[in-house]
Amino acid sequence: MSKTLILVGTRKGAFILESDQRRGDWRLRGPYCEHWPINHVVGDAAAGTIYGAGGNEWFGPAVWRSDDLGKSWTHSSAGLKYGEGEEPIKSVWSLAPSAHGLYAGVQPAGLFLSGADGAHWRQVEGLRDHPTRPQWNPGGAGLILHSLVPHPRDPRQIWVGISAAGVFYTGDGGETWEPRNRGTRADFNPEGQRYPEFGQCVHCLVMAPGEANTLYQQNHCGMYRSDDGGKSWQSIETGLPSSFGFPAAVHPRDPATLFLLPLNGDTAGRYVPDAKAAVWRTRDGGKNWQALRRGLPQENAYFCVLRRAMATDRHDPAGVYFGTNGGTLYASNDEGESWRCLAPHLPPILSVETLVVD
Amino acid sequence: MAEVAVAVTVTLAPVLMRLFPGCPHRVALEAATVAAVIDQLEGRWPGMRDRLCDSTPRIRRHVNVFVDGARAALETSLRPGAEIFIVTAISGG
Repeated sequence: MSKTLILVGTRKGAFILESDQRRGDWRLRGPYCEHWPINHVVGDAAAGTIYGAGGNEWFGPAVWRSDDLGKSWTHSSAGLKYGEGEEPIKSVWSLAPSAHGLYAGVQPAGLFLSGADGAHWRQVEGLRDHPTRPQWNPGGAGLILHSLVPHPRDPRQIWVGISAAGVFYTGDGGETWEPRNRGTRADFNPEGQRYPEFGQCVHCLVMAPGEANTLYQQNHCGMYRSDDGGKSWQSIETGLPSSFGFPAAVHPRDPATLFLLPLNGDTAGRYVPDAKAAVWRTRDGGKNWQALRRGLPQENAYFCVLRRAMATDRHDPAGVYFGTNGGTLYASNDEGESWRCLAPHLPPILSVETLVVD
Repeated sequence: MAEVAVAVTVTLAPVLMRLFPGCPHRVALEAATVAAVIDQLEGRWPGMRDRLCDSTPRIRRHVNVFVDGARAALETSLRPGAEIFIVTAISGG
């Protein structure tokens, strides 16, 4: 029987919740990775490998790896560095297995590639060589490369999201990059400068299943959809309770279904609107939205859900999961219709991903 | 004049023993400077340099290396019999 795993990165290590394909009973294990802050935990279903990305104030950045579904871990940062004299890498923020190997996004923003061992890294230098880089500004969490979206079939194509530089795209395996932010706002800029070529504060970038040119992003300033690989973006925030939030999660099969978790605003506390929790779902690519609240707290909910902390699984109906900055993990087995709490007292949750292994 | 390696003793923070299984709490080795100590630790437990030093290169901000009771840097020279402690700084927690 297949195993369904929820991979949780937290401020104090990685945790794994394990169930079968019915997803009825879950067993929590952890913390792993020596209690390091772990920004992202991902799984490679084909290899059965789990990787954790993080950084420790004492010991710096590293990528952790487990070949036994989390029971034992090793770590490495060999090659995960900039040149002497440059600002050192503080932390690893994002991971993405691909046909080329394992990609890692780091702080300060840059892109690295390793083989499947996740242990020997080299920088994809073209991104840091981009002429706009001296003008990239850090967001609230620093200058971070937090979203990594490799093309599912063409290893030359990659999209990245950097706060607050925006979305960048390469079609040649990382040698050259172009900003892809047309149509996304930078409300924090002066009037007349709110649609720049770069400098937007993208919060989360995801790709629709089976539609490589269909991208969605949750931005600091709005929610957007692109049908041309990010060359142009259209706002999809009408019908949502705010234009601010962090995570976005796509459905495993339906490119028109997207899950968002809007927060009340960047200067309004950054918690769920009216302190009532809801995941918002569209079934038509962002034209219409439905609030999904059943089983979620509807009073006194002053939590935030961070940019990597919502995910779906590959089951049918799809599972949806999110974790709060207060350390509570919620799950839905029915595509968001109803929810339950799986773990109420974890450390602050930084990321949620899933892994189904046969 | 080239500095000469001398016998010293290094005491490692327990958390390093967890990060590098098999690494003992105290290590006897020969080195002329703190940088050479870290070279030797890296040779025995690959990856330890990255945990102790950043790419500047310098000892990480929240890692402290003490030589005979005084806080040291990579270039600090060692006397024969020096006692070296590598510890996590309170500022990093």
